Amino acid sequence: MLTDLADTTTVDIRAALARAQGQLGGPATGVVLNLIIVTDESGQHDAVRAASQASREHPCRVLGVIARESRTASRLDAEIRSGEGTPGQTALLRLYGPMSEHADSVIMPLLVPDTPVVTWWHGIMPAVPSAQPLGVLAQRRVTDTARAAAPGAALAALSAGYQPGDTDFSWTRATPWRSLLAATVDQERAAITGGQVVAEQHNPTGDLLTAWLGSKLDAPFSREASAGPGITEVTLQTDAGQVVISRPDGRVATLSRPGQPDRHVALHRREIADLLAEELRRLDPDEVYGEALELVAAIPATAG
Amino acid sequence: MKPNPLRDPRDRRIPRLAGPCVLVLFGVTGDLASKKLLPAIYDLANRGLLPPGFSLVGFARRDWTDADFAHVTHDAVKSHARTPFREDVWNQLAEGIRFVPGEFGDDAAFDHLAQTVAALDAERGTGGNYAFYLSIPPNAFPLVVQQLKRSGLSQPADWQPAGQPADWRALDQPWRRVVIEKPFGHDLASAQELNSMLDAVFPPHAVFRIDHYLGKETVQNLLAMRFSNTLFEPIWNRGYVDHVQITMAEDIGIGGRAGYYDGIGAARDVIQNHLIQLLALTAMEEPLSFAAESLRAEKEKVLAAVQIPADIAAGTARGQYSAGWQGGIEVRGFLEEEGIPADSATETFAALRLTIDNRRWAGVPFYLRTGKRLPTRMTEIAVMFQRAPHLPFDATDTRELGQNALVIRVQPDEGITLRFGSKVPGSAMEVRDVNMDFAYGESFTESSPEAYERLLLDVLIGDPPLFPRQEEVELSWKILDPIEEFWADHDKPEQYPAGTAGPESAHALVARDGRSWRRL
Repeated sequence: MLTDLADTTTVDIRAALARAQGQLGGPATGVVLNLIIVTDESGQHDAVRAASQASREHPCRVLGVIARESRTASRLDAEIRSGEGTPGQTALLRLYGPMSEHADSVIMPLLVPDTPVVTWWHGIMPAVPSAQPLGVLAQRRVTDTARAAAPGAALAALSAGYQPGDTDFSWTRATPWRSLLAATVDQERAAITGGQVVAEQHNPTGDLLTAWLGSKLDAPFSREASAGPGITEVTLQTDAGQVVISRPDGRVATLSRPGQPDRHVALHRREIADLLAEELRRLDPDEVYGEALELVAAIPATAG
Repeated sequence: MKPNPLRDPRDRRIPRLAGPCVLVLFGVTGDLASKKLLPAIYDLANRGLLPPGFSLVGFARRDWTDADFAHVTHDAVKSHARTPFREDVWNQLAEGIRFVPGEFGDDAAFDHLAQTVAALDAERGTGGNYAFYLSIPPNAFPLVVQQLKRSGLSQPADWQPAGQPADWRALDQPWRRVVIEKPFGHDLASAQELNSMLDAVFPPHAVFRIDHYLGKETVQNLLAMRFSNTLFEPIWNRGYVDHVQITMAEDIGIGGRAGYYDGIGAARDVIQNHLIQLLALTAMEEPLSFAAESLRAEKEKVLAAVQIPADIAAGTARGQYSAGWQGGIEVRGFLEEEGIPADSATETFAALRLTIDNRRWAGVPFYLRTGKRLPTRMTEIAVMFQRAPHLPFDATDTRELGQNALVIRVQPDEGITLRFGSKVPGSAMEVRDVNMDFAYGESFTESSPEAYERLLLDVLIGDPPLFPRQEEVELSWKILDPIEEFWADHDKPEQYPAGTAGPESAHALVARDGRSWRRL
């Protein structure tokens, strides 16, 4: 069901949300999360769809916020969707004029009480997420530097302004690599003396992975550039030779270790809905990300 | 062994992964393999939880090639896997699929199996780590276990991976593990026999006993509820609890399991393992930690304190379903089922009244019941609280007020229901029972993994804490054996029409204490 409310107020939106919920049976209990999506007209469709997919089994209240022209008078338009395969409820809010500077005042009355809040910037890259009014509300702030115009600069800005609770999809994308690397090191008896990460030149995931490996293994790791897609190879230099995980096609990785047969493992790049689902799993600060982010500035510059 | 610096306890994103290994599956032609095990293996692979090079070997009496078995696996995955089908994941998995045809008694077949896994070590780097999953009838266990020993599969040979320091053996040994499913014997003597047979071949920590009814997720949910909250512990004792009902009801009959079921019956099939485990988890004291040893110590303590009724005839009930209507379908009685002798004394319904002799539970009965062809399918633990000592209302106000109850729903819709009295809206003062519901499925942003995925992963990682140990199995047989002996010497089970809530004697069992069963 779709309800369009033009030039409306938060009181009316609340009533419409309650009405929509009533038609689905009962008050908004069973909602596990408030997800605020800060986006623009071009990104809203994909973002809302990803949110629907990521939370299919677990109803959440999705509040999409789109800031429109700021030079007009203040106005609030809302589009409320419920049912039709949308989990929980989705309200897409368009803010005009000076109101768009005060999005938090619109969002606050619409949050489900006693339920955590996550803010996700999709297609918009705040320099310091925790300084944003909609970031202050949230216990988890999700950005995506890979979509920024200048990923390297965006990552550096995140690093400078990091607050516990921040997280970035470029870190989420590293998880399959990190778990494969951790499993590889589980089996490694020889000391690791260094290595390198090869990825597309402007690939913040590669940068974070390099920083993480270098700090955790306490060995020099360099960051090399390739044509991609994404990360194409990670090499661990050990006393017994090189351990190489290469993934030239973005789909299947080959693990080579000295004196052992090559092994293949599926290591596919993930959809945005999968990334969002991983981010929503835990709502406490990700300290390991914070540490990797802090070190990212110190990585030797990308060659080539 | 020095810890892996990439594994940071604060890093909750990185899952535990099994090391390189081969899973050898006996009984690949069974229902369990095609509906649960093979799909679970794919789901694990798809979630990135299987190690690179992971290999799967099927063993069965079929004239199949590797490709045939891969095809069977493919079909099972396509129709029953929980996660979407991905060609890349499947291709990696399929590369490591092998099949060994043969009988359990055939030495040559097991030698062939030994060569197959050795070849996988060489080709795919599985490192000599093998898990043997015996998804086969219990009477075939001894033969297969003996064959594993004879063919040298049960013991890692001297084996050294190339490129590793010479002292690697001190760091790590290839492992061998064996997985067996319930039933773990049919009485104390046979359980001990099974155990000594396994003991002779595998060390205790390498034996994984699986009860698929009782997934690890459920056990951990129960532990988290009891021991991470302050709310429940103060009332979790004889001061507040009136009694506890533990139920596992099935709506189905015995289906095609006549051969196994006849002579076993509901008590051995369900109460001995499943319901007694639930009782132990509900009643045990707080463990020192959730480490395997502490958890088992507490379970064993409370099981040792369990007392069976002094008068077994009055404190137990058993029944057999007769023809009737279940869920709108006319069904046969147990004695008319194919493969069941007309004079079978096997029970399809069993109920027990147990007590626990310790300070916490003295005088609080634990009623256990299970049965087939009951009205619905459900498993739950209901902790029923005492009535308030005084009700400052008119008697008529609280006529519809029952006992407060905390119901832990195991299935379906795993969750917790709290039942308490509330005022009915309106000008009259009237108090009636209401439910407060919590469902795992609705309250988290991640879904519960399939029980078999967790079981398999725990086996491959080598993480056994919640599998029952032999002592627990033996303690539960000690509870059940005297009852089974008594039953064997007495009348046949009472008939109850299919689709009803069990025999009269079961209702009489609780009515004698002035109580009644919860509605099924």
